[in-house]
Amino acid sequence: MPEPLAATTPTPSLRRSFVRRGARNLLLCQGVALLLWSVSGSGVYALAPIGVYSTAIGMLCWFFIDGARLLVSAWLQRHAPRPGHSSGWPGPVWMVACIVGGTFLGYSLGSALAGWLTGRYNPSLAQEPAALIVSLLIAVAATYFFYSRERLHLAQAAAEAARRLATENQLRLLQSQLEPHMLFNTLANLRVLIGLDPAKAQAMLDHLIAYLRATLNASRGDAEQLMHPLAAEFDRLADYLALMAIRMGPRLQVQLDLPDALRNCPVPALVLQPLVENAIRHGLEPQLGGGALRVSAEQDGDSLVLRVRDSGVGLAQRSSAKGDGDGYGTRHVHARLAATYGDRASFSLHAPPRGQPGTWAELRLPMSAAAMPVSARSPAHTATSATSAT
Amino acid sequence: MTHATALIAEDEPLLAQHLASQLARMWPALQLLAVVDNGLDAAAEALTLRPQVCFLDIRMPGQSGLEAAQAIVEDWPAAQALPLLVFVTAYDQYAVQAFDAQAADYLLKPVTDARLAACVQRLQGRLQPTTAEPADSSSQALLAQLRALLSAQPDRPAPPANHPARLGVIQASSGNVVHMVPVEKVLYLEAADKYLRVLTAEHEYLIRVPLRELLPQLDPQQFWQVHRGLVVRAAAIATAQRDDSGKVFLKLHGRPERLTASRLYAHLFKGM
Repeated sequence: MPEPLAATTPTPSLRRSFVRRGARNLLLCQGVALLLWSVSGSGVYALAPIGVYSTAIGMLCWFFIDGARLLVSAWLQRHAPRPGHSSGWPGPVWMVACIVGGTFLGYSLGSALAGWLTGRYNPSLAQEPAALIVSLLIAVAATYFFYSRERLHLAQAAAEAARRLATENQLRLLQSQLEPHMLFNTLANLRVLIGLDPAKAQAMLDHLIAYLRATLNASRGDAEQLMHPLAAEFDRLADYLALMAIRMGPRLQVQLDLPDALRNCPVPALVLQPLVENAIRHGLEPQLGGGALRVSAEQDGDSLVLRVRDSGVGLAQRSSAKGDGDGYGTRHVHARLAATYGDRASFSLHAPPRGQPGTWAELRLPMSAAAMPVSARSPAHTATSATSAT
Repeated sequence: MTHATALIAEDEPLLAQHLASQLARMWPALQLLAVVDNGLDAAAEALTLRPQVCFLDIRMPGQSGLEAAQAIVEDWPAAQALPLLVFVTAYDQYAVQAFDAQAADYLLKPVTDARLAACVQRLQGRLQPTTAEPADSSSQALLAQLRALLSAQPDRPAPPANHPARLGVIQASSGNVVHMVPVEKVLYLEAADKYLRVLTAEHEYLIRVPLRELLPQLDPQQFWQVHRGLVVRAAAIATAQRDDSGKVFLKLHGRPERLTASRLYAHLFKGM
């Protein structure tokens, strides 16, 4: 479960939900009383005592069962914490113990209490097995009712939270990629270029269009699982880098290395984009003399290794104040790989060896056909090129 | 009549070149003294060449256009009128909002010809000695504006709104010893290259944290920024004496040296 889920799930305070369950249970007791009365075929005069018995036994059973399971789950959480136990339901074995023990205790005390209240105390009733079994059945049914209700409520809240999180992620991705500063500076350059060199301006506009289209496509909800060939990934990077090359001039040197043999390897669409944008935005742009960016792909056994290396401001020097966008991009890559490959892919971000300046990012993706994500719903042409590659 | 002079600071070469050529076309008499591509050179060149107009891009490597403006204003010689500052920005809403009618000007990229022409006209009007407002009032307006801009900079780390993490102890290492310096003992902090000098009544410590990162963790009621590189405990200031240039000299309780507050922060020291 993602962390924000716990924070956003509406959990009413323990005491309030306890009282609410008690009120529901009180209603249930009255229903049981009516049922017993109608089955017994007695006259109206019997309704009141049956109600008292049902209420006393039912409420005490509920009190002991509910109290016991809350205490047990709290105790388990403290002494043997496991994710499943956090919801207040300590698992089937403990629940059976709670229900049997709670019912027995609730029934004995309840029938004694009701007998005292109605003045018809009947000691033989206290040991009546049929009544005890009926109580037990009702207790099991009621517990199941409360349990499934709560489960449903939690599941709905979780689904709602997950939906919200997904939408928020798409929005943030779009925001980080269609950053206004980048867009308006690009347009300013384009505006100048139209007067100076119309052919070059047209080429720049083509790159901008391709970049915008890819970014907008990638931010669509169903695009999370989209795969495309590595060559297409490099083309999208080339679009973005062409824009940046015009803006930064000689301050940016770019090298893209894609061996022909790897051109058709399927990769999650735009998985490298946030890393390249981070390298430029946080590594090279803030550095006085600019620097070099190298994106490369190579095969290492069964793995496809993708690297994004910049010679800019290193991770350690990046001002913590500006680190947020950086963190978002890398989190996105992590989430993307986990969603597509589970734990068969890895991603690392580190300083270059031997004290060289800059930051290196490395992705390792599984390459064999078996490692192809099952969930990938690829467009037809991507699927064919993917099979021909493997 | 002497030519008006200008400096352009813009890190994107095409945009810098275009602004220069447009200015040459619209304002032939304007003499362009330098075109620089980062914030550090912008401040250094402006202070050396003393142009009358500075076009400053806000987001630049080295330091931002706003930080460059602060350095220019703080170190500008008192005898000369402050330069007119024109900020150029692609998308910095805060900068646009912080400006009012008294600003020299700000330009949003992409800059249209008509907008640049209006800017040129405005600058020419401000530079004409006959219509010029008293130099003092216009520079006061500039100072107020720059203060507003600097305090609104979004890339400065802001303390988290709900739990302001105030620093209790400054950990200063010397060799393999770490000195734990309680913030209550600190009298002032001064930036020195990549270091920050931390001064108490008895000792001086060096730490490697930039002032801009430490500043939000200090209580602004207790510690006053009086210069881009100087933060002083208000209660430690004994006297503040203003000189003709607008600078303010501070004497402290418990320290012998005299500190200088820039005219950007001179407004802090007024009699009640």
